[in-house]
Amino acid sequence: MTGSTAVGNAALREAAHLFAGVPPAPAVWCSGLRKRYGQRSAVSDVSLEVGRGEIVGLLGPNGAGKTTVIKMLLGLVHPDAGEVMLLGRPAADPAARARVGYLPELFRYQPWLSAAEVLALHVRLAAADISVGEQRDCLSLVGLAERAGDRVDGFSKGMQQRLGLAVALVARPELVVLDEPTSALDPLGRADVRDIVLAMRSRGVAVLLNSHLIGEVERVCDRVVILDSGGVAASGTLLELLGQRQVRLQLSDISPAAEARLAATGDVERAGDWFTVAVPADDDGTAVPDVVRDLVTMGARVHAVEPARISLEERLLGILRAGSATRSGEEL
Amino acid sequence: MTTARTVLTIAALTLREASRRRVLLALAVLTVVLLALSGWGFSRLATESGGSALTSGEARLTASILLNLVMFGFSLIAALGTAFLAGPTLSGETESGIALAVLARPIRRSAFLLGKWLGLVVFGSGFVVLAGLTQCLVVRWTVDYWPPDLAGALALLAAQTTVLLTLAVLLSTAISPMASGVVAVGLFGTTWVAGVVGGLGESLGNDAVARVGTVSQMLLPTDGLWQGAMHAFQDPSVFVTFGGDDVAAFPFLSEAPLTASYLAWVAVWVAMVWGLAAASFLRKDL
Repeated sequence: MTGSTAVGNAALREAAHLFAGVPPAPAVWCSGLRKRYGQRSAVSDVSLEVGRGEIVGLLGPNGAGKTTVIKMLLGLVHPDAGEVMLLGRPAADPAARARVGYLPELFRYQPWLSAAEVLALHVRLAAADISVGEQRDCLSLVGLAERAGDRVDGFSKGMQQRLGLAVALVARPELVVLDEPTSALDPLGRADVRDIVLAMRSRGVAVLLNSHLIGEVERVCDRVVILDSGGVAASGTLLELLGQRQVRLQLSDISPAAEARLAATGDVERAGDWFTVAVPADDDGTAVPDVVRDLVTMGARVHAVEPARISLEERLLGILRAGSATRSGEEL
Repeated sequence: MTTARTVLTIAALTLREASRRRVLLALAVLTVVLLALSGWGFSRLATESGGSALTSGEARLTASILLNLVMFGFSLIAALGTAFLAGPTLSGETESGIALAVLARPIRRSAFLLGKWLGLVVFGSGFVVLAGLTQCLVVRWTVDYWPPDLAGALALLAAQTTVLLTLAVLLSTAISPMASGVVAVGLFGTTWVAGVVGGLGESLGNDAVARVGTVSQMLLPTDGLWQGAMHAFQDPSVFVTFGGDDVAAFPFLSEAPLTASYLAWVAVWVAMVWGLAAASFLRKDL
């Protein structure tokens, strides 16, 4: 009897050891999502993943299908095809949304309730054990502590959006989906949202952020997924997406041999005495000092060396324009 | 979250909405006006019959007719109130975006719908029972008439309200808030008219015309339940006083009580229409 218990314990320990090495399931995982509205295809074959504690930005032009994708993840819109898992559970099971907070793009809350009552309702619906004090802290976090007892119908759009953020955060979520969280906010409010999102990352909460404000996405997101015409046009970390780093050099007395040395480093663009050189992706930090040293040895005079990096906005526009050019090419 | 807890939370929310929206105030004002007017009318009746202008049978007949008339007023107010509350609370919430944050919680849509429906049933039924009971007390105080089966009558009025709001809930899963209210109240009125036409056909011995009433009472049981409620409100002696078959032709008297099979059909009807509403709401993209 004792022996079998010992064996059982050993098996359990072994299983625990095995599972300890397995990373937790991603916060969001979806594959092959499709949605048609009548003849129009809103989303075609979207697959994406948001890891635990990761902030992923969803970017794309109007009508790219971003909100539809978000609604399909949360079971608000039924996909025609595809699979969704939230926090390791199939999204078809409502329990998968137990630790998910959501701020919709079209946000409105029961106008006949007070802000505190709206939070209490959501805590109850989420079956979460959140004290009244913690709910009040959540309202203070979004700057609504003074208005907790006021009815929502007296709130401005900005205040309702702040309330929406509190609703998304109140039930101790492990995943927060924010659909245009700053659309009605002033610059101060946007900075608050940025701080809140960064604070969530530090607590290990995953965030899926859909925003038109590219600067906002660039500042807070670990990874970006770019949607265009219902499909994923590009995705990756900011470093991957913004691609190769570049370096700008101001040079004079440059010989053909020195120009060849520049070209050997990467693609070169010249504008007057300014040369923009792409740095190889696998650079270990020696490419720039090496090329400067060689140029000086070859007699070139180096006036300035400065890093250059394309912005996410430029990259996004480049991807979208390339996509639309490909599509119009296909139509022809 | 357990389904029962969700249903109760949403039902309580719907009741809170009803109590905080203007619809409650409008209902309260209409009810008080109707109660006051009927109180005045019944006291006039008492004065008239006090001078021996009416026999006791005639007085009871008049009281029955007037009570049924006023109760029809209440059922109309309840119909308007619940139909126009059901629309905004369901399709209004999905249109405005209120439902998005709620339905993204770990709850089933069917539980959400059941909660809304239950809240509306409690609200609508509570209204007709309370207003009907107050009205009967007014009648007792003024002309000393008490319906033979008050509990049954009020239960049937509550059932009538439930039937109409179930239809309004189904409509509001498919069409806009205002349209669902208008269509539900329109159908309620149409069925009532069809019931009156059917009654006329019955008293004239015209089966084809009588069938109009029967068919409409099957398709939308509001008028059938109303007929049953009237029968429970009115004094049994009205048949003798009014004169046999003519009762059927008169819109504010009812000839026969409801059968158990009709009540069973009403239960099936409500379950069926609720099921359709749930199927439509579950498939809806928000």
